[in-house]
Amino acid sequence: MKRTNFIIVAFLIILTACSKKADITPDFEEQNLAPLSVEFDNIVGGRTLTFNNTAVPYTNAKGESFTISLVQYFISNIEVTTTSGQKYTVKQDSSYFLIKGSDKATRFAKVKVPEGDYSQVSFIVGVDSLRSTMPIDKRTGVLDPAANGDHDSGGMYWGWNSGYIFFRFEGNSNVVSNDQLGDPTGKKQFKYHIGFFGGYEVKTINNIRKVTIDLTTAGIAKVRKDRQSNIHLFVDLMKVFNGKNTISIQQNPNVMFGDFSSSVADNFTGLFTHDHTEN
Amino acid sequence: MKYFKYIFLLLVFVYACKKSEDVQQQAETFLGFQSPKNFPAPVYNLANNPITKEGFELGRKLFYDVRLSRNNTISCGSCHIQSSAFTQHGHDVSHGIEDRLGTRNSPPIMNLAWSKAFMWGGGIFDLDLQPINPITAHEEMDESLANVLTKLQSSSTYKNQFKAAFGTDEINTARLMKALSQFMLMCISSNSKYDKVMRKEANASFTSTELAGYEIFKEKCGSCHKEPLFTDGEFRNNGLAPSAINDKGLYGATLISSDKYKFKVPSLRNLKYTAPFMHDGRFLTLDAVFQHYSAEVQPTENLDPLLNRNGVRGISITADEKNKLTAFLNTLNDEDFINNKTLAEQ
Repeated sequence: MKRTNFIIVAFLIILTACSKKADITPDFEEQNLAPLSVEFDNIVGGRTLTFNNTAVPYTNAKGESFTISLVQYFISNIEVTTTSGQKYTVKQDSSYFLIKGSDKATRFAKVKVPEGDYSQVSFIVGVDSLRSTMPIDKRTGVLDPAANGDHDSGGMYWGWNSGYIFFRFEGNSNVVSNDQLGDPTGKKQFKYHIGFFGGYEVKTINNIRKVTIDLTTAGIAKVRKDRQSNIHLFVDLMKVFNGKNTISIQQNPNVMFGDFSSSVADNFTGLFTHDHTEN
Repeated sequence: MKYFKYIFLLLVFVYACKKSEDVQQQAETFLGFQSPKNFPAPVYNLANNPITKEGFELGRKLFYDVRLSRNNTISCGSCHIQSSAFTQHGHDVSHGIEDRLGTRNSPPIMNLAWSKAFMWGGGIFDLDLQPINPITAHEEMDESLANVLTKLQSSSTYKNQFKAAFGTDEINTARLMKALSQFMLMCISSNSKYDKVMRKEANASFTSTELAGYEIFKEKCGSCHKEPLFTDGEFRNNGLAPSAINDKGLYGATLISSDKYKFKVPSLRNLKYTAPFMHDGRFLTLDAVFQHYSAEVQPTENLDPLLNRNGVRGISITADEKNKLTAFLNTLNDEDFINNKTLAEQ
């Protein structure tokens, strides 16, 4: 009897120990860093992203059929907030990511944050104005103006108007006209190159958009040293057209350095939804 | 025999002296960046890119290297020719790769350390980012930065020069840009007659006509073409009729409607070598420029208020004043600058 009691007690102790180990939230310490990734999974409405799928193109809210040939965008300045409200900003130098639709390896923004339970993540679509005006030495990795190809092959830097293209989205649609306003080469291409960080000295268009995502519904991120927590986001490219602003490809086949670029940028925040978290 | 020993020793000393003199001379030939006494403090952050002999020489080699263009045909020096004060003489708009024409007049590479904005229509605010534009522009060098780096990396001469300038033989964007900046920053024009008069060098003085011209200049031109750089570095609409392509200047970079038709105020130094004038090279002579300011200023959007005072457009300039002004402007030509061998292709 005594022996049985002992076993039960011991078992209970082990059980509590186990559950304690799994449930306890580590103290928030800025030095106690552990890995966290944010996954940017590009989708198009209810379908996965397939490039140049001319056989079964996508259709936007305006009823325009289109295919996608290129999508890439900067994600930067990642911040996380714990369930108890502590905020952590990822170190600037490790907080710039170029997500390329054509390269699956680039879909993760991998950062280090303190161990903890996080119920909110926020980031910038684009490159903040401070970094956009920094000396050339600070522009390394994905921010190197020589990286990512030239302007015709996926480059993300404007040499003539010093600054980064935050969001580059290209494809084809039969609604694009063959004249100067559309695509004079006759290839029916649409091109959305959204940049503009707000200007050096005088205030110009600012298309930097901050996205804040609540994780409580689809799963908080439990960041621990011994595992890889991954916040899996869907990035619905259909929302570039069907967002806060409904955008017609026919009316706006080329959106680059014009005032209208802000209407596209205003749709950015709607692109991102939290699907689940892998802890 | 005893004497021979002394003579030998003496020869050794003489030789030693000569050698150390040579070394000294070599060290003295490169003086680094020196701000002229009559200039304000530079705008460029020299602390972030200290100019060394090795860096300057590397920048000079790059400036004159055709590898910066797609098909290795043109260099920076093709459109920025030293004898024309680093402009492209005889071209209204720049003439780039495969005979493609740009839309604007090639500006001088001159006193850029004091420039806070680049290009006629702005858009670039850091000299270290400026060369990316001409290298990648379709109608200029039409090359990608990545290709330029690849081409340079395959050259052992360049590897050695980058190592000498920056410590290791790594060739990257920042080093390429900084080396080019080092060369361009050294393109200082500060030895015109005007400068010598201002610095009171060797009894330099204006003639009475030049002096009269200087007084007229200060009254009628000096607020935009501010001394001693002869530009205030601002963007202004000087009332040119919009060009056939309707170039809206600074507006193209900022999309702010009050920036329409504003262009960077050019320096008036070295006018003797830098014709034609204006952002699109529309005026071939200084007389045509005077004619514009005295009689042809157009009431376009955002016309500079200084050119529209008391309901009168333009600047009144009599024939006599024009002659005096011309005499003064001629004192801004700097022969040392266009003949400075250290700035030439080696």
